[in-house]
Amino acid sequence: MDLFNLGIRSIFVDNMVFAYFLGMCSFLAVSKKVSTALGLGAAVIFVLTVTVPVNWLLNEYVLKEGALTWVTASLAEVDLSFLRFIMFIAIIAAMVQLVEMVVEKFAPALYGALGIFLPLIAVNCAILGGSLFMAQRDYTLAESAVYGFGSGTGFFLAIVALAAIREKLKYSNVPNGLKGLGITMLLTGLMGIAFMSFMGIDL
Amino acid sequence: MSAETAEKVLEKKPAEALLSKRRKKLISDPLVDDNPITIQVLGICSALAVTTQMKPTLVMAISVVFVIVMANLTISLLRNTIPTRVRIIVQLAVVATLVTLVNEVLKAFAYDMYKELSVFVGLIITNCIVMGRLEAFALGNKPYDSILDGFGSALGYSWIILAVAFFRELLGSGAIFGIPIYDYVSGLFGDDFQLATNGLMVSPVGAFIILGLIIWVQRTKTGYVEH
Repeated sequence: MDLFNLGIRSIFVDNMVFAYFLGMCSFLAVSKKVSTALGLGAAVIFVLTVTVPVNWLLNEYVLKEGALTWVTASLAEVDLSFLRFIMFIAIIAAMVQLVEMVVEKFAPALYGALGIFLPLIAVNCAILGGSLFMAQRDYTLAESAVYGFGSGTGFFLAIVALAAIREKLKYSNVPNGLKGLGITMLLTGLMGIAFMSFMGIDL
Repeated sequence: MSAETAEKVLEKKPAEALLSKRRKKLISDPLVDDNPITIQVLGICSALAVTTQMKPTLVMAISVVFVIVMANLTISLLRNTIPTRVRIIVQLAVVATLVTLVNEVLKAFAYDMYKELSVFVGLIITNCIVMGRLEAFALGNKPYDSILDGFGSALGYSWIILAVAFFRELLGSGAIFGIPIYDYVSGLFGDDFQLATNGLMVSPVGAFIILGLIIWVQRTKTGYVEH
């Protein structure tokens, strides 16, 4: 039940976009059409669900203070957590590459649909942010898998919703200076207010 | 290529002034006309997350200036030895190392600030401005120019996030750099008078709206229209 609670929280309450501003770059750049937003959202869910647990393993068995005790007892004092950033980003870049190769091999149609978004995900802050939050909040392995999936889904919902609104926005008369980024920021703010209504929900 | 043109290419150009017109443009362009946040739409994630107050924002801005300038310098020095295929990994490694440095320094000398900024210092790694400058400039230009270019972009980023933080802290908490402006002002009007703060400004929503408005004002002034 706790896992379910965490999943719901990470989708709605702690939404990657509206509560932590993560993944904003691709959120703004790739939300012009619903179809591409769907593709990127799916890729983010996938990569987050894979990388957060993998980084959990890395953190637990290599980086944490005393994590290397399983090699020999003499390493109990070693604390490699300062290597966290560089190791996490390396894992993410490697996983994205791996995912790209697997998808290309086994699902060429999906690969074609995702196109450039797949490699770009390596530098999406939502992915690195997911791993860093996981390390900061001391999740367990199961929790980190649920958290990865949940926050990916939150991003998916947000980007698809924004893309749908922006498709309709084409027909409205926006002041010149607000066109594009400006109106999108205001829209995101209004969507954020809607998402604030989930705050305080405890299942 | 004939021998004559080859000779011309080899002919040494006169040394460029330390702050020539072109180099000044490298710094001044990203401030307004080509601002990384408002025009290029880069680096928004970290821009918004830390801007509830001026102080953490200033720390963030300084960190970003340091990381971009040093990363640009390093990549520019290495630009002829990095194979194209692995350049993203090399760039990430350089940036991650610099960010780790910043993080450790903060942890050692400003622990409160380190706690407050939490994961957002780490997220400088994925700040698109850093990668963008490395890709677009440092890989093809000399070290000194790259430093100037990085500095300009970082300043363009910094003043926008400081502006956002100014309004968010003033309207949201009624203070600037922790100085309670609202209390002073309402004190002038007697005991019953109290300026109200807007809680929405402290929440993420405030950041989106403030940034949206700043973009509106700025783009109206520069006349930039997105199609």
